[in-house]
Amino acid sequence: MTSVIHIRRIAARPAIVFEALSTAEGITSWWGPDDLPVVSAQADPRVDGRFQVRFRTRDGQEHECAGQFLEVVRPERIVMSWEWTSGGEPGERERVSRLEMRLRAVDSGTELTLVHSALRDEASARSHERGWEGALDKLVRNFARH
Amino acid sequence: MFSILHYMVNYEDQHLDRTFAALGDPTRRAILARLEREDGLSVSALAEPFAIKLPAVMKHLDVLSDAGLINRSKTGRTVTVKVSTDPIRKAMDWLRRYERFWSSSLDRLVTYAESKEAEARRKGRGK
Repeated sequence: MTSVIHIRRIAARPAIVFEALSTAEGITSWWGPDDLPVVSAQADPRVDGRFQVRFRTRDGQEHECAGQFLEVVRPERIVMSWEWTSGGEPGERERVSRLEMRLRAVDSGTELTLVHSALRDEASARSHERGWEGALDKLVRNFARH
Repeated sequence: MFSILHYMVNYEDQHLDRTFAALGDPTRRAILARLEREDGLSVSALAEPFAIKLPAVMKHLDVLSDAGLINRSKTGRTVTVKVSTDPIRKAMDWLRRYERFWSSSLDRLVTYAESKEAEARRKGRGK
């Protein structure tokens, strides 16, 4: 549960989705929580290549995240290390998390699975050992209803 | 998105760490899941279904208690355990912010990639 998982179906072929995920031009078009343009983006999509994205939120603040491409398998899989280098979540600074994006060709185009994990170091180390994410997710949701 | 978080001080952050660490163990999650169904169980009733010994269960309860996930109260010789939902809710809120970051970003990714696909088809490079 220290990871978030999103699965989307996109009516575009994997090669196009892959470009959107890994190039500076692509990243500029979608990254960030609010509907605002990305301030700047750089990406060098090869193993050990770096990326850096700076975006603004509606409150006027700028946030920057950066990291390294750990795996680049065109057009199937990208793994990046990810950290806030400015702004962002106060408790998350100097913590490195892992962003994995998997692409699968489907009839309608591409199924994208995005996993942002190791958001909390200690708990996430355990989660890898024991694979508890689904169970905890359910548990937490049950409690959240109370 | 993040501005509301800036009031969050270190204390809050450490608290989240404790919550996530406490939730990172299957026995402790089983204890919480049981309390969710039957809140206010005694320690011995709580320990019963587990293969581990009572002192080990007590240690798990200490961790849960330190994280503020449960409250213990003593009546005579019986210690009853109640679940406290507030830290779990905080952990959930924290995760939701990341959920929102990605779900909102991915909405735009879909729009962008689909327009690129349409453009590629127009240019006759279709599938």
